[in-house]
Amino acid sequence: MRPQDILMPVPAGLCCKPGGFHIDPVRPVERALITHGHSDHARAGHGAVLATQETLDMMRLRYGENFAGTTQAVAYGEEIRFGDVTVTFHPAGHVLGSAQISVTCKDRRIVASGDYKDARDPTCAPFELVSCDVFITEATFGLPVFRHGDAADEVKKLLASVKLFPERAHLVGAYSLGKAQRVIALLREAGYDAPIYLHGAMEKITNYYQERGIPLGELRPARGMKKAELAGTITLAPPSATSDVWTRRFPDPVTAFASGWMRVRARARQGGIELPLVISDHADWDGLTATIAATGAGEIWVTHGQEDALVHWCKSKGLAARPLDLVGYGDEDEGETAAVTGEAEPTGGAKA
Amino acid sequence: MNRFAELLDRLAYEPGRNNKIKLLVAYFRETEDPDRGYALAALTGALSFKHAKPGLIRDLITERTDPVLFGYSYDYVGDLSETVALMWPKAELPGHNNPPPPTLTDVVTTLRTLGKAELPAQLARWLDELDETGRWALLKLVTGAMRIGISARLAKTAAAALGDKDPHEIELMWPGLSPPYLELFAWLEGRGDKPVNLDPTPFRPVMLAHAIEDSDFVNLDAADFSAEWKWDGIRVQAVAGRDARGHIQARLYSRTGEDITGSFPDLVPSLHLQDTLDLKHDDSRKPLHTFRHHASFAIDGELLVLRDGRVQTFNVLQQRLNRKVVSPKLIKEFPIHLRAYDLLGDGENDLRELPFTERRAHLEAFVAKLNDPRIDLSPTIPFASWEDLAAARADPKSAGAGDDADAVEGVMLKRRDAPYLPGRPKGPWWKWKRDPHIIDAVLMYAQRGHGKRSSYYSDYTFGVWTRGDAGDELVPVGKAYFGFTDEELLQIDRFVRRNTTEKFGPVRHVVHEPDQGLVLEVAFEGLQRSPRHKSGVAMRFPRISRLRWDKPPREADRLETLERMLISMTGS
Repeated sequence: MRPQDILMPVPAGLCCKPGGFHIDPVRPVERALITHGHSDHARAGHGAVLATQETLDMMRLRYGENFAGTTQAVAYGEEIRFGDVTVTFHPAGHVLGSAQISVTCKDRRIVASGDYKDARDPTCAPFELVSCDVFITEATFGLPVFRHGDAADEVKKLLASVKLFPERAHLVGAYSLGKAQRVIALLREAGYDAPIYLHGAMEKITNYYQERGIPLGELRPARGMKKAELAGTITLAPPSATSDVWTRRFPDPVTAFASGWMRVRARARQGGIELPLVISDHADWDGLTATIAATGAGEIWVTHGQEDALVHWCKSKGLAARPLDLVGYGDEDEGETAAVTGEAEPTGGAKA
Repeated sequence: MNRFAELLDRLAYEPGRNNKIKLLVAYFRETEDPDRGYALAALTGALSFKHAKPGLIRDLITERTDPVLFGYSYDYVGDLSETVALMWPKAELPGHNNPPPPTLTDVVTTLRTLGKAELPAQLARWLDELDETGRWALLKLVTGAMRIGISARLAKTAAAALGDKDPHEIELMWPGLSPPYLELFAWLEGRGDKPVNLDPTPFRPVMLAHAIEDSDFVNLDAADFSAEWKWDGIRVQAVAGRDARGHIQARLYSRTGEDITGSFPDLVPSLHLQDTLDLKHDDSRKPLHTFRHHASFAIDGELLVLRDGRVQTFNVLQQRLNRKVVSPKLIKEFPIHLRAYDLLGDGENDLRELPFTERRAHLEAFVAKLNDPRIDLSPTIPFASWEDLAAARADPKSAGAGDDADAVEGVMLKRRDAPYLPGRPKGPWWKWKRDPHIIDAVLMYAQRGHGKRSSYYSDYTFGVWTRGDAGDELVPVGKAYFGFTDEELLQIDRFVRRNTTEKFGPVRHVVHEPDQGLVLEVAFEGLQRSPRHKSGVAMRFPRISRLRWDKPPREADRLETLERMLISMTGS
């Protein structure tokens, strides 16, 4: 059986015909297997959804109780059969509950890794290497200019800035699901024990992380705080909020952004960022290439991101590789924008 | 190097002046000698070594990486130094212990003596030893393309702040200092004496004027002031003196203290004088009076281009500025001239404490004695009342400026009893500019500002009407990001958010139809032809002077109006 007979890209997403399911479909399907809770991968309206407990909970938080016909929680490593196809979920190290999905059919194994990273993250299970024949990899940071370094050093940079500018507020843009909680956890590990403030759009999901037993220390809503009280504090907010009218409640804010994109200056400047923090929940170039090599896969399918460069690298290492044209995945923040602008934009400016 | 790299990295993103100073002060405090001194030198442009060419950097990276991957990366990043800094492969260094990364001092002192042939290998070694930010800073330094928005003045201000000193003090001693400025930092930290400026041609911080408002005149007496034309050239300070060996040195400084002598070699001979003692005798051969002519002096004045004795407009002068090479042709076509309006030093005498009238008397005698066609006196304007002066300002041509009137941009008022005070003290000097040119234009696009303004749409592109293929259309004629009050900024920001038709990245298209849109009254100082603008004209110093909520866009000005203004301003 050829790999493309097991999994193939269709407009709705990655389709497994022999198993009768799609992985991270972008359109409503009968049966969906979801890798993780980011809104570009986890959408509402499917018939049956199979995912980790955390991913299901996150979907429920975002879309409400009736986000799917039926749901089934799967534990990491648990085998589930769909006809001739055996499916297992393995930690992807991307965000809490994120998984790679291994699809085995007649001795041939394909791993759809979703979004993943091999770097340390105190808020989720570490990436697990799954040996396979075909490895489907993301390529968000699929250029050799993206090498992310130690996130703890970036957090030190943030704390040094807070110390240097005690009269200003520090506003850290971070994706609401995953990045924000990781930054908070890293701040705590670095010994920062003051209350950390949150933008309204990330309160629910952050509370959920705490319910799942991830210690994040004392968190407070930024809402309702007096301007002067926010001097010397750190506030986490969705990236799109850090340049909006919402920021006017902060005293002379230093705008930071925690993202792998901050590695490139033009990207940081475009966003008006003053303190770029290179902290990524995606594998960097070294992570991508090391992981691809370690899976032992002879064939690599490359999705969303800088496919061309990664495909070129694979071929130069003698691996069969091709870009997989899947649409609809990308910047997880785009899905969060509505929630943010819901608070700020319609007030039309001045009074917010 | 890594600490310096962190500083550059942070400065490159920080828009606020005070915050930049704070970052610099923290760096100077935490960094030891001589590294911090070389950093100060790098930021003030005081380092000199042969810069590496981009081709060399490109060769280094193509030897080490896949050219296809480099191509994709360079396309994505868009900056050669940054691409190389980011994708430089991790070195596999022999031995167990990695060598410590080079310090800034290592880099600067090595570069000073390094032969051209040794540069590639040395650069590669350093790139192996540094991290991403360190490599980026190194490449910026060796290619001589720092561009991080720090002026020499700002770096010196930060150094002064380290020791709680006045930046003018550093400015005064600066020409006598050299990297790594050990004695400067010792003094700033209270560990040493104040460095003495042994420079024979020191820059003296300049005195600046406030713009006068109509309401200011009520409290001012015309009799207390002297008036001169405000020339539309560039403010300079011409300084001459003898060095330790008795040789005469001459320098031309910009108003910020930047040495611009090299750009105006044609003026330098006029600044080389000999000490002479002139005796004037009456018939009885008794000395009538003496005039001592000093080789050392400091003139405050305006740099202008004169053709056939006539002052040219700023547009003409501009063609002589910022040239890398000053060709004989350029010198011939744009003859440079110094119009003097103050004398700050004469021989050993510092004249700055004297009242203006006394300095003026010194200056007049000095310029007369000089008798050089390249240096003349900026004339005073006789006036008895503010009404007289207002009339002169409205018509400089018939009030004494004559054919030079095109290069007059207003009048300067100087208190007769005021000493020469560095900085911009309020009261002694006023500038009273000619009324700006005004047009009504339509807001077309808006962009977010930076820093404190990053949540506001505060950069505006505006246009005027012109005949297009399908009837009248708006063509952009300029951009402005100041002139409005905070309250007006809020109003425009709100208007932009509610009337956006399209978004392109940080830019919003704002509705601009004949009956829908916002008319901005734009004030500006001058117009120039510009092939780079679609409209063919470029404005000098445009700013928003009023919001015309009352005016429908169809009634805004037309491009033809600007064309007419351009012809009357330049005669072409």
